[in-house]
Parts: sequence; structure tokens; C-alpha cells
Amino acid sequence: MENRPYIPDELWVKCPVCKTPVLSADLEENLKVCPKCGYHFRIGARQRIGITADEGSFEEFDAEMISSNVIGFPDYTRKLKNARLNSGENESVITGLATIGGYETVLAVMNSQFMMGSMGTVTGEKITRAFEYAAKHRLPVVIFTVSGGARMQEGILSLMQMAKTSGAVKRHSDAGLLYITVLTDPTTGGVTASFAMEGDVILSEPRALVGFAGPRVIEQTIRQKLPKDFQSAEFLLEKGFVDAVVPRGELKETLTRLLKLHGAVRREGEK
Amino acid sequence: MNAIDCVTAARSNDRPTAVDYIDRIFGDSFMELHGDRRFADDRAVIGGIAMLNGRPVTVIALEKGRNLKERMDRNFGSAHPEGYRKALRLMKQAEKFHRPVICLVDTSGAYCGIGAEERGQGEAIAENLMEMMTLKTPILSILIGEGGSGGALALAVADEVWMMENAIYSVISPEGCASILWKDATRTAEASECLKLTSQDLFKLGVIERIIREPRTADSVLFDSLKNLIAQTFVKLGSVDTGALLERRYTRFRKF
Repeated sequence: MENRPYIPDELWVKCPVCKTPVLSADLEENLKVCPKCGYHFRIGARQRIGITADEGSFEEFDAEMISSNVIGFPDYTRKLKNARLNSGENESVITGLATIGGYETVLAVMNSQFMMGSMGTVTGEKITRAFEYAAKHRLPVVIFTVSGGARMQEGILSLMQMAKTSGAVKRHSDAGLLYITVLTDPTTGGVTASFAMEGDVILSEPRALVGFAGPRVIEQTIRQKLPKDFQSAEFLLEKGFVDAVVPRGELKETLTRLLKLHGAVRREGEK
Repeated sequence: MNAIDCVTAARSNDRPTAVDYIDRIFGDSFMELHGDRRFADDRAVIGGIAMLNGRPVTVIALEKGRNLKERMDRNFGSAHPEGYRKALRLMKQAEKFHRPVICLVDTSGAYCGIGAEERGQGEAIAENLMEMMTLKTPILSILIGEGGSGGALALAVADEVWMMENAIYSVISPEGCASILWKDATRTAEASECLKLTSQDLFKLGVIERIIREPRTADSVLFDSLKNLIAQTFVKLGSVDTGALLERRYTRFRKF
């Protein structure tokens, strides 16, 4: 025992799948993917931008836009405040302009730490504006999705975001521009049933849960247990709803290749 | 009427369903067309062509069924992906032949089950939202009973959306809302109020253009006046240039 170095508990993370303890620093180094079994831990939106956008290239849009309690839903104002405090972000999506492998792209990243990535009016507005900006400037759009679905505290107005964002995607698409979605764990409900499934190319991180209805809702509806790996990224690949399952470490390279294949514009000064 | 009474009325088995509307508005002129050309014919969605005041229209409806046998046959009005794909096929057909589209919406929601997920329920709804936004023909959607979330919206991206007085339209069922937020599915009355799901609430929020009164008479829907209203609306929408129509449709949803 004497020879074993002392390592405080907070420096260890146990993989929820293979139960192997991993050094936090090693896990960070490995982009929060378990080195033993390849389990992809959820990561925050800022970290995602950090590993996707070229260093220093990200210019955020509408950072100050915040939600209000649009239909006067009980307790929602407090929940929003807590979500802002806990996540350090103003909403469940961050949008902006970036280069990926040198290619200029509009990038949107959803944030599970803000009310489970639920879609409210500001989420929908930021995504819509991102598509409108991209259409105006003839740029591709890349979105990383993670969401529990529409935000019920905004009632019907959250449902309307599905139509609003889909309209913006369609206009961008009709202008002949590229839209890539990257589905991450979990992507469900109103986001799956709108812009998440509307990409020209749909990628997913390994083992991400992706579905319309959540597994618990389905189990309650059909009163039986769901098969293992039901609604996983690999299941969607098999059923034909995902173009490729790409490990986190290869995503940036994959996005770069796709942008290049679609004739995206490289910013001057890039190699 | 309290919101919860509206929920009860919207779900009532005594309420006319889509087939009643089709019979009374279009009569024998309605010709049903089946199937999505990809997988199956979803019985929860009725589609076809009919005459309305001498002009052909495409009719697409979510049908719950009027008795237990019908309800089982119609999967209680909850469509699978093939139902939404059938609807889209018929909308594209309407676009090709310059027919306006009328959608009658009555569903607790898109079906949640293994087959629905395997065949891409999310993708099917998403595609309808995108395609309806730029469908080059007028679309009118009427919520006649329950408008359950994405499964209802997939037939309600329209130039005008109307609601029967006692219909409801919501992002989640009051039961679902209460059980998720308060871990108590019995607080449905409270959830119904909070969700702002009645026709009055939705009119105030600008989500619908018109509320259709439901008189307390033997005939709870005034089908003749509704028929005339639909016909007039199609004349009005049909006179708008297609580019302007699509711009207005985009702006209609862009404002939320």
C-alpha cells in the first residue's frame, strides 16, 4: 500500500458501462471517451465547440438572447434562472460562425446542461436565425443535437418551433446548401421530429439514444420491455436513418471531409 | 368552460370524428386513396379527393373511430410513420394537380411503439413539416378534437389553422405534463390550465386564425356553414400568387 500513489477520489471517474475507473485527466485527454470500452460521456456545448471549431475561430451569434415565461407557466421563471446559473449559458443552444478544418460553417451546438436541451422559443429562434444567416451568406450548417424534446413550459409555442425551424431548414436546403446533423446522446421528441432528422447528411456518435418517443414512454404504451440497443445510433444506422456512426475522435475529420466534398469555402489564410 | 372540461369534450366519444366531417361536407364525392407506396396503408389516416362547391380538393384526416371496433381498426387515431408518409404523398399529388389541401386533425399523438420507431416516426414528421412549408398549393388545417403535439403538427403546417370551439391543441397531454413536472398524473386539471391548450387561448396566442362555434344542438357541428367557410377560404387563398402564399406561410410560423 505504501508504494501506491495516493490519488484523491475526484480525480477518478468510473465508466458507467464497463465500470473501469479512469483518471479524469486521461478521460479529458481522450475527449471524454472511455479508453477501455469506448463509451462516450456527455460533454458540454463549450467543450464540443472547442473540439470541433478551429482554435479561436468561433464567433457566437445572439449570445445575450434569453427566454421569458411566455405563457406564464408556474415556476418556469425560477427554472430558467437556475438553468442559467447551473449551466453558465443563456439557452439550450449556442450558435455562431466557425471554421472547421478551415471551412467556413455556421455551427449550432445544443446543451444538455440547460433544461436537458429542451427546445423553447429562444432555442428555435437561434436555430432559425442561424439557418437564415447561412442561407444569406451561402454557408453550410452543422448542428450537434442533444435534447429531451420540446419545452413544455412554453406550451404550444414550443411546438411551433418545430415548424419554424423546419421552414428555415427547407429554405436553406432549397438554396442548394449543405446541412449536416450530428446526433448525440440523447436526441428525442420534438427535436428528432424536426431539424435533427432534416440534415442532408446525418451522423451520430456511437451508442447515442435517438428516437421520437423516449424508451419509458414506449414501454408504458406497449407494456413490454424494449430490446437492448433499441433506439441506439447503431439501431438507426441499421434501419436506414443515419448515414454513419462516427466516434468523437474522428468527427472533426469527418465533418471536414464532408464540407470539402460539398465545395465549402476555405477562409483565406488557412492552409 | 374550464380547460379540463375542454379536454374532456375534445376526447368525448360522442364527438363527431373525421369521417363524419367528410360525409357531411363532401358526401359521395369523396374518393378514398390508400397507402404510402413505401410500407403500408395506415388506417389512422384517411386520404382522398373530393369535390367542394364544384372544385376538387385533397382531403387528409386523422380518424379515431366512432366505436371500439373502429377505434381499434384506426389505432385510436395515432398514426405510424406510414400514415404521415401517405399524407405527404397525397399532398404532393395535390400540388401536382393544383388542388387545395384540407387536413382534419384529431389525434392524441403520433404512435409510440417499436414499429413506429423502427420506421422513423421522427423522420416522417420532420419531413412533413419541411415539405408542407413549401407545398405549392393552399393548405387549411382544422383541429376537430385532440391536437396532440408533433403528431398533430405534422398535418397542421398550413396557410390557416382553425379549431373547433371545444378542440384542444397542445405540445404534451395534460397527463404527461403533470406526471413529468409534478410526478402526479392526477393533476391534469391544473396542467390543462397551464398549457394554454383551449381554442380561446390559442386564438389569443395567434396560433389559430379561427374558432368554429359548436352549438348545443342535436347537430353539434354546423356542417353547411363550415363547408361554405372552407370553400370561401380556398377561393381567397387560391387568388394569392404562389410565391406570396409561401412567403406568408413561412412568416406565419416564423413569428413564434
